[in-house]
Amino acid sequence: MPAVSKGDGMRGLAVFISDIRNCKSKEAEIKRINKELANIRSKFKGDKALDGYSKKKYVCKLLFIFLLGHDIDFGHMEAVNLLSSNKYTEKQIGYLFISVLVNSNSDLIRLINNAIKNDLSSRNPTFMNLALHCIANVGSREMAEAFAADVPRILVAGDTMDSVKQSAALCLLRLNRTSPDLIPMGEWTSRVVHLLNDQHLGVVTAATSLIITLAQKNPDDFKTSVSLAVARLSRIVTSASTDLQDYTYYFVAAPWLSVKLLRLLQCYPPPEDAAIRGRLTECLETILNKAQEPPKSKKVQHSNAKNAVLFEAISLIIHHDSEPTLLVRACNQLGQFLQHRETNLRYLALESMCTLASSEFSHEAVKTHIETVINALKTERDVSVRQRAVDLLYAMCDRSNAKQIVAEMLSYLETADYSIREEIVLKVAILAEKYAVEYTWYVDTILNLIRIAGDYVSEEVWYRVIQIVINRDDVQGYAAKTVFEALQAPACHENLVKVGGYILGEFGNLIAGDPRSSPLIQFNLLHSKFHLCSVPTRALLLSAYVKFINLFPEVKGTIQEVLRSDSQLRNADVELQQRAVEYLRLSCIASTDILATVLEEMPPFPERESSILAKLKKKKGSGTVSDVEDTRKERNTNLGVSSVFQVTSSPSSDLLGLGNSSAVNSGSPPAASNAASLLVDVFSESLPVAPLGTASAPIIEENFSRCFSTSMLDRYFWPSHISGRLLRGSPNISKNAFQTRSRLTALSAFRFVCKNNGVLYENQLLQIGLKSEFRQNLGRMYVFYGNKTSTQFLNFSASVVCHEPLNLNVHTKTADPVVDGGAQLQQILNIECLSDFVEAPVLNINFRYGGSVQNIAVRLPVTLNKFFQPTEMMSQDFFQRWKQLSDPQQEVQKIFKAKHSMDTEITKAKIIGFGTALLDGVDPNPSNFVGAGVIHTKTIQVGCLLRLEPNTQAQMYRLTLRTSRGSVSQRLCDLLSEQF
Amino acid sequence: TIRFILIQNRAGKTRLAKWYMQFDDDEKQKLIEEVHAVVTVRDAKHTNFVEFRNFKIIYRRYAGLYFCICVDVTDNNLAYLEGIHNFVEVLNEYFHNVCELDLVFNFYKVYTVVDEMFLAGEIRETSQTKVLKQLLMLQSLE
Repeated sequence: MPAVSKGDGMRGLAVFISDIRNCKSKEAEIKRINKELANIRSKFKGDKALDGYSKKKYVCKLLFIFLLGHDIDFGHMEAVNLLSSNKYTEKQIGYLFISVLVNSNSDLIRLINNAIKNDLSSRNPTFMNLALHCIANVGSREMAEAFAADVPRILVAGDTMDSVKQSAALCLLRLNRTSPDLIPMGEWTSRVVHLLNDQHLGVVTAATSLIITLAQKNPDDFKTSVSLAVARLSRIVTSASTDLQDYTYYFVAAPWLSVKLLRLLQCYPPPEDAAIRGRLTECLETILNKAQEPPKSKKVQHSNAKNAVLFEAISLIIHHDSEPTLLVRACNQLGQFLQHRETNLRYLALESMCTLASSEFSHEAVKTHIETVINALKTERDVSVRQRAVDLLYAMCDRSNAKQIVAEMLSYLETADYSIREEIVLKVAILAEKYAVEYTWYVDTILNLIRIAGDYVSEEVWYRVIQIVINRDDVQGYAAKTVFEALQAPACHENLVKVGGYILGEFGNLIAGDPRSSPLIQFNLLHSKFHLCSVPTRALLLSAYVKFINLFPEVKGTIQEVLRSDSQLRNADVELQQRAVEYLRLSCIASTDILATVLEEMPPFPERESSILAKLKKKKGSGTVSDVEDTRKERNTNLGVSSVFQVTSSPSSDLLGLGNSSAVNSGSPPAASNAASLLVDVFSESLPVAPLGTASAPIIEENFSRCFSTSMLDRYFWPSHISGRLLRGSPNISKNAFQTRSRLTALSAFRFVCKNNGVLYENQLLQIGLKSEFRQNLGRMYVFYGNKTSTQFLNFSASVVCHEPLNLNVHTKTADPVVDGGAQLQQILNIECLSDFVEAPVLNINFRYGGSVQNIAVRLPVTLNKFFQPTEMMSQDFFQRWKQLSDPQQEVQKIFKAKHSMDTEITKAKIIGFGTALLDGVDPNPSNFVGAGVIHTKTIQVGCLLRLEPNTQAQMYRLTLRTSRGSVSQRLCDLLSEQF
Repeated sequence: TIRFILIQNRAGKTRLAKWYMQFDDDEKQKLIEEVHAVVTVRDAKHTNFVEFRNFKIIYRRYAGLYFCICVDVTDNNLAYLEGIHNFVEVLNEYFHNVCELDLVFNFYKVYTVVDEMFLAGEIRETSQTKVLKQLLMLQSLE
């Protein structure tokens, strides 16, 4: 038995532990434990009062049993009793039991807190510390409530012993972490800062931890700690190695405290005061200098302690990012470590250099170490070190070294640890795209990725290469040629088949002139892979085949033969079967023109944040990657470096996803309206809201298959050039919204009088789409804010102002403050019409884009006619009511010139869109239009009759409105007369 | 910030578990097993650091015992690595050439040593002299 336990009193405990250790089996152990539990239970229940020693011994045994992994359901009371013992050893066991077996039994908590309170006020430092340690270990809310006042008081009291101060500081830190709301800042705050000056370095160490935690939450309250921390650090750094006696560790002066002080300084920007700043710079230089001095000891403890301080100093230098000399020195120092024989140092140097790479001052210096890092990638034995090397290569990559880095990563990929392959694939894909100078290199790189590590190439990666090829005319021929060659390999990865199928289906014609890659050869090559592929890939190949039918009429027969075979037409998989049936049928019945339209080349994809980057961020946790990414992105734009693939978004990009389901509608109908556009408009009203809502994630495969299968009919009816033009038609662009507001308002307000959905507003940054529905006096409007850029909108807010709050009420849900690049935000407005009104509400949008604040004000198309309920009535009723409304106040009439062609069907559609019923056969003159409806408001309902008389010869209209309220007649007349 | 401290032997037996974060008992058991799995497969050519969930483990092996400290990823690796060594030297002094059995038989004293040196997940006292003086004083109390 070990020496210490012999002299100690608890012999029974030692015997019990020995017994347990001697048990040969788990069963024997359990048996022994049960015997002991029975024994202890009987002692606790026995008539004889147990003395403190026995109680301590049994509680300690229970604790041991618990730590072996067995449940303990008694003994808590005895443990609590020990807390009030006057003997340290008994108290200690009591507190230990409580700390380890935290139990929120409310009765006990009260007793425990009582005991703690007594010990805290005992003025016995040993007891006070036991109590403080217990609070710090348990850290429960109940304890925070009970001792929120005591702990700070003890911490700053003049007569508190040093060791108690240390415990009190960390106890307060724990309570602040677990229940910050219960620990208000107070008078003690400023005195805590001054503990940085304390004589006792243990107190300073504990206090620094506390101040770091507090300063992170309230930096302003602890600003004064900066100068004190610099002073303290300076004294430590310049001290002779023996000055600090107890706190010198292997010839390094107070290493842990130095690290803490350097961390505290990282809560703040560089000190503004020149003197303090100078002193800090001196400290940092001294630390860097010491790294170059010969070691005072060969022990690893010495170098570790010294380097702990050094790495923290480098962190601070990087954090300040303001002293180019220090940054470059730090980089050189880390460069030395890259070749150190200690693996730990190589690892930490790689890690630290990664952050250094993102500083503009040291980026170039970091790049000089590229060969060493590549070597690390090849030779390090510890996979986590190689991982850091990959991270660093990624961080130091720019245009100048991208080819080398990507090549090295690719060759490393062949032998890389499986655990990090996917991440390397993502990184290679991102770098290849970001720094591509020639598209051929980009395409080669991605195909190599698929060849080397096909299983680790996620969908995002191959989707992305297709997005890029589709969007770039000049890559397409090369891409087709390259995939064709890659597919020649007898065994190729399924991802390559996918990419190959897609690209040849779109651009196979570009290489079909070469007899070595004639249409038939292309087809046979793809089809030779077909049977080895999974269902989704086969589906994609079928789509490629039908595209071939359009591209190459000469292989139509061959492909129809394939589609017609039982293995396709009767395939057990419903998707494959459907595609085969549809494609075969399509190829048989459709004319060449229709085929060409349905199967035309995919339109360019809207530019969004790279899906791969998003994936990497997700994988690494957004915090870590995005920092590096963001700063690097900024630097790239600063230097004017841009990849060949940074395509600016084309004006036709359908941010709201409107383009794909072409039928959803748009701005005002083209000036020369015709039946077709009317149809579009009418259809748009009846379409579900889904296309607007589902816009954000572009998934190629979906687009691809949708184009062929589900939306084939859409495409058939709404070829993209029509919907495209509609979309682009008269967007109400206004950069300076306030100056042009009235004009803009008039335009958009009247534009939406007869319809509920469409694009309300659009400029280079933002597109606002609407979808609304009204019923009686209530309405709901879905507003879609589409970020057309690839940058986040920050502080985004959209609020509605009603100029007639008594008549119209709009309730807005607060919008999300951040709109990601390419993303779409939805806001719901609930509208209530209280009484008749004229002024439409205004939607005010504010957000930060880049450095500037954008303000946009748009009038919402909420007009009185939205609250119409149509009323059907017979001729007789109509004229009877018409006569009843004969008061001159009630009638408003307007004669005006036609602004659009006077098409009967369009006029009818507009009157229905206005909200009234269109009454046929009421007016004796069949070329006139008559309508009736009721305006619903919360307070009143207003019946309304209207008559529109066109004079085609004069190109004039006469519009008459009669309602029971003059103001309503006037407003409705104003609104409707603008529509023709 | 320290999330937990574990002392385990090569067989995976826990000799000390000190938690500075709330975990339920099942979770603690899982963490203990995971730490053992990631640490014991590493050899002397490896670093003393392992990424672990959202944290990292700084560990050092002394004979058959692994001393592991789980800290935040941004924490200073070497400071905690030497924190472990400082702790081990104190144990060694206190138990006069510490061995695994000392930690078993005196488990309740080990907790006291830990609380003297680490509290609330932070370093409390780094001076070996001061810690040992305090421990001897406590030892003398009855």
